[in-house]
Amino acid sequence: MSTLAHVLEEEGLATVSLGIVEEQLWGTAPPRGLFVDFPLGRPLGRPGDAEFQQRVLDHAFGLLEAAGPTIESFPEQISDDGQVLACTIPPIDDPDAHPAVAEARGLRAAYNRTVAATDGRVGAHRVVKPDDIPAAIEAFVRIAEGTPWKEAGIPGIPARVTQDIRGYYEAAAMALADHTPAAFEATRWFLRETEAGKVILAARDRMRNDGVKQPIWFFLVTEQY
Amino acid sequence: MSRSGNDIKVRSAGLEAAQFDTTAFTTPPPLAEATVAILTSASLHHPEQPDFAPNDTSFRVLEADRHDYVLGHWSQDVDQTGFGIDYNVVFPIDRLQEMAADGRIGRVSDVHLAYAGNQFDVAGIRLDSGPEGAKMLREAGVDVVLLTPV
Repeated sequence: MSTLAHVLEEEGLATVSLGIVEEQLWGTAPPRGLFVDFPLGRPLGRPGDAEFQQRVLDHAFGLLEAAGPTIESFPEQISDDGQVLACTIPPIDDPDAHPAVAEARGLRAAYNRTVAATDGRVGAHRVVKPDDIPAAIEAFVRIAEGTPWKEAGIPGIPARVTQDIRGYYEAAAMALADHTPAAFEATRWFLRETEAGKVILAARDRMRNDGVKQPIWFFLVTEQY
Repeated sequence: MSRSGNDIKVRSAGLEAAQFDTTAFTTPPPLAEATVAILTSASLHHPEQPDFAPNDTSFRVLEADRHDYVLGHWSQDVDQTGFGIDYNVVFPIDRLQEMAADGRIGRVSDVHLAYAGNQFDVAGIRLDSGPEGAKMLREAGVDVVLLTPV
């Protein structure tokens, strides 16, 4: 990110860079940088809090008054305290399907509500369409049960597919939760509490134990759970 | 060191950062007279635009007057729900519009840029797509660019 700040300044544009990873910000040393100690994915801090976001911007744009390169820290911090979202999964009545597949089907109505409410900004939109999420989960069920990953029918780059499964579940969780989730709160719910999350983690373990190249299995999930 | 207790941030701190021998520095016009754009490394794109491929150093042009932004970032280590709730937490276009309405900035650019930030080899951005994006912003009359990561 800060690399681009240098490039833009060389081209005659004044820049202000927000940086979430302090060491990266200082290491790249942009002309004007503001370290914001917030969770990854939320560089303006608090979604839905215009006043907080404006305070960040006021501080950032204030750096334009400096006579030379400068890096400062925003004084307010948002911690990731490890919360796990609590939300009730709709009851499932599909005894013939794998529990993770039935679970995904049961979440579809909640998923649809969030997609409609967010103009499609969250959800499954990379390589797996929402209708195909249950089938994508079935591929990881097969891996967890011993099928080699290349023969399991994963419908795309594995990590991209799990991003869509995660996005599907997180979107559903946003409709089922009774509050605005903190960063990674819904991710932890997905990976710790849901059948699909457990399937992906089991498939990941199987791939690692089978000697699959590390980038293939490692990036299936975040370590932030 | 980050104080927010996020293990991923701690791990990211050790990644090698691009080095510059000198720091270019452009003095902007007064903010109240400046045209401001956003450049984000969140891999945002509009639905009809292509998603970012792995190691994709190109950029997408984001329009200010439409809000159908898609988060295309490849990293699993990025929270996605915040952007779903409020795109301004990554791409604060509404905040800039409010600042322009209040006269605190001169104008919000009609065009904004998105790159894919999870790059280990930034030579393509530094030498090719970065200058190309800068040229586009300058041609749009931009004076100041707010860079937001994800």
